[in-house]
Amino acid sequence: MARPVQHNTKVKMVEMPKGYSGEGFFATSFDKVIGLARKNSIWPLPFATSCCGIEFMATAAAHYDLARFGAERMAFTPRQCDLLMVMGTIAKKMGPVLRQVYLQMAEPRWVIAVGACASSGGVFDTYSVLQGIDQIIPVDVYVPGCPPRPEAILDGFMKIQELVGQESLRRRHSEKYKELLNGYGIQ
Amino acid sequence: MSLTNDYIKQRLVEKFGEALTSFEESFDVLTFTAPAALNLKVMQFLYDDEELQFRFLTDLTAVHYPHLPDAELAVVYHLYNFREKVRLRMKIFVPVAAPQVFTATKLFESANWMERETYDFFGVDFVGHPNLKRILNVDEMTYFPMRKEFPLEDQSRIDKDDEMFGR
Repeated sequence: MARPVQHNTKVKMVEMPKGYSGEGFFATSFDKVIGLARKNSIWPLPFATSCCGIEFMATAAAHYDLARFGAERMAFTPRQCDLLMVMGTIAKKMGPVLRQVYLQMAEPRWVIAVGACASSGGVFDTYSVLQGIDQIIPVDVYVPGCPPRPEAILDGFMKIQELVGQESLRRRHSEKYKELLNGYGIQ
Repeated sequence: MSLTNDYIKQRLVEKFGEALTSFEESFDVLTFTAPAALNLKVMQFLYDDEELQFRFLTDLTAVHYPHLPDAELAVVYHLYNFREKVRLRMKIFVPVAAPQVFTATKLFESANWMERETYDFFGVDFVGHPNLKRILNVDEMTYFPMRKEFPLEDQSRIDKDDEMFGR
């Protein structure tokens, strides 16, 4: 008789990074190991202001299951998070708040703009709405859609994972990165 | 006795005579225009009178009529009598160049928010308001967005990236 509880035997493991191995040792570069660890344990900070936020709730729930990517740990404190997920219309009055949240995140930090509004202002081509969050903070990945389906959000998330996994450990100390932040008035 | 629009009009005309104009009824709501200087006197009369008892300010907003010279901005008050369930609409007109209107905050506490909002969007200067500053828009805004003095599509805008989001 079959057991009443079935265990999942098809657990996928991430691939080992390239390196040299022998008996009792494995040597590779920090970049690869740290990248691997970071990209599979991203802590997202959902900044959801409208309908894209609802799509994100579906993304995080059981059916689409963001937890498969090691990102089930939503935190609502910017200080502990790696990924700022901006989902929804950002009014100009909300701009300084969003910026403050970004500033409170510790490096390394990434930003994903989910949906037309966060990316470009969307249909709200008007005096009160910020025309894309990249006017106040740097954005790594844009997800199109109004709102995007959970698959699209997952696709954007996987793009972020690629960026995180391949990022050089020196990038955040580089002159170019400092220039980028200075371009946004961030020291 | 129920309060009829005819009776309200009769009482107002008895009290203020020729000063109140443009009496009309739309959707069963009596509407009239008062001189800007008399707005508080009329509302105080409507409030205090034992029969009229308009003691609730439902709404306060403004309308911009760019084609009316020296009366471009209309401030609209919606008053309500809870006991008789009767509504009343009062309009006052002021020039957009000098949009000074006496504040109704002494009479209705609820006017505080609504007058700030009306100032924020239309630039009506409510004289005597305790805290007349922007409420919904960003403080840095230098214009009054609901006035009809802007083209529908502002070609000089720089916050929209035309290269990526062609319009």
